[in-house]
Amino acid sequence: MNIIDDLISPQWRGTYTLFKKELFRFWRVAFQTVASPVLTSLLYLLIFSHVLENHVQVYKGVPYKAFLIPGLIMMSLLQNAFANSSSSLVQSKIMGSIVFVLLTPISYVQFFIAFLAAAIIRGFLVGLSIYLVAICFVDLSIVHPLWIFIFALLGSALLGTFGIIAGIWSDKFDQMAAFQNFVIMPLTFLSGVFYSIHSLPPFWQAVSKFNPFFYMIDGFRYGFFGQSDISPWMSFVVVLSFLLGLAWLALKMLKSGYKLRA
Amino acid sequence: MTDIKSAPAVKIEKIHKRFGQLDALKGVDLTIEQGEFFGLLGPNGAGKSTLINILAGLLKPTDGQVSIMGHNVINAYQAARMSLGVVPQELVFDPFFNVREMLRFQAGYFGRGRENDAWVDEVIENLGLTDKAHTNMRKLSGGMKRRALIAQALVHKPPVIVLDEPTAGVDVELRQMLWAFIKQLNNDGHTIILTTHYLEEAETLCERVAMMKQGEIVALDTTANLLSKLPGKNLRLTLGQENLPITLLPMLKNGVNGIFTLALTELNQIEYALSELRKANVNVHDMQLIEADLEDVFMSLVGEQVAQQYLQAGER
Repeated sequence: MNIIDDLISPQWRGTYTLFKKELFRFWRVAFQTVASPVLTSLLYLLIFSHVLENHVQVYKGVPYKAFLIPGLIMMSLLQNAFANSSSSLVQSKIMGSIVFVLLTPISYVQFFIAFLAAAIIRGFLVGLSIYLVAICFVDLSIVHPLWIFIFALLGSALLGTFGIIAGIWSDKFDQMAAFQNFVIMPLTFLSGVFYSIHSLPPFWQAVSKFNPFFYMIDGFRYGFFGQSDISPWMSFVVVLSFLLGLAWLALKMLKSGYKLRA
Repeated sequence: MTDIKSAPAVKIEKIHKRFGQLDALKGVDLTIEQGEFFGLLGPNGAGKSTLINILAGLLKPTDGQVSIMGHNVINAYQAARMSLGVVPQELVFDPFFNVREMLRFQAGYFGRGRENDAWVDEVIENLGLTDKAHTNMRKLSGGMKRRALIAQALVHKPPVIVLDEPTAGVDVELRQMLWAFIKQLNNDGHTIILTTHYLEEAETLCERVAMMKQGEIVALDTTANLLSKLPGKNLRLTLGQENLPITLLPMLKNGVNGIFTLALTELNQIEYALSELRKANVNVHDMQLIEADLEDVFMSLVGEQVAQQYLQAGER
């Protein structure tokens, strides 16, 4: 990291330092922030694949165990990208240490970039760890690696941005937990992590299409199997649109100083 | 464009700040020149912290202009913040890092790289934090956390340093050490702005003082001029177990543990006080004639009741 320190221009050193600090913050508690979600995902894999392996085949030629893995990777990636930016912001607001960043010349755009980049890295790290452990047990092909990367990037950026919004808005840990438990968790579980939406009744299929998490997971899964419930291009447009909308909102909140600079 | 060399360290023009119906600042004007050691005094709710938060960019003024070293805190906020180091009143810290890491991160936020590490180490040494450089912030005592906060405000070598109640809850030894260090910074050319509940500190350290009350500056002058505006002196009497005669109660400023301080407007009141003590057969163990201090000025300006609250808060 020292070499990178020297290469960064002074104008961007603040952003890079904040990004680095956010990385170190979650890495210092990696058991909680990386190892724990990997273990949880593997337990899901073990239990669901054991129970449903011989009962469900979603895509032709794809065992249920293999079908499950991209969904679990994406679910953890999204949840952890959200958790990184939201918990860091809420904690530093409650402890008052956010003032150390607010007193500096770091602009609101740089602030956004630093928190977002750290959230993306944590999402990728958790996702990659789950993938590496899962392929020890399951034969998993990769048909379109670029789509995998694109959806992992867009998904972690979208949830990292949502985490920034939730972190700025929340004044207490239980408000942030409400985002996790009443928004992120239901939307993830109802997005097709464990099933294809084609297995749902028509009404719930239609409802699922209003869930942005569905597009992230479906597009990501396309990268592995070359099969998906809808076109990856459609998913790409929807996810990118949501990302741009949330990024606009987050930047607007940061620029106005909402709940940070009265 | 203002020439930075000749610009005031801080220029505050007609600053208003409203929180709903509350006028926290009512058109404050204040100019602090480079190199000054300036005191900002006032009771709770006077608007000191609001003013400091506006300087630091943590609050936006409802109206008015503020600049630091010639840089407007809104339009040229990056240059303004580069020029300012703020020591917050609360003992805030980041629990994930040790002292050295935290200081290097703080320097990095201001665009400082590894070339600044020697200065960070110097600040650590000067504030007596060398033994604690690798200790997690969580594990530091209150006094050490206070030193680390001061170090954080200095890592980017700001020309203007704001200390918001830096010695609240700090023991005497550490207080002396901190003041010696801050005086040295002032001697080196840094502008120091201090808010404190310890008026004797402001009297000893500050060249100029502003006293605030209900969002306004009610006095702004050199410490010497403010003191000279009160010609009166104080007579301190040590009476042991005995009480002060009732006839002297109108002159009583304070009385604790048998030591009574009488406020004198004229020197011939000494003779009157002594005669009343003789009449009441009260033995005087000790007697001192004392010049009026900043506390007297403060009391006369902000009102005795709020001044007492302020001073009691400082004693806690």
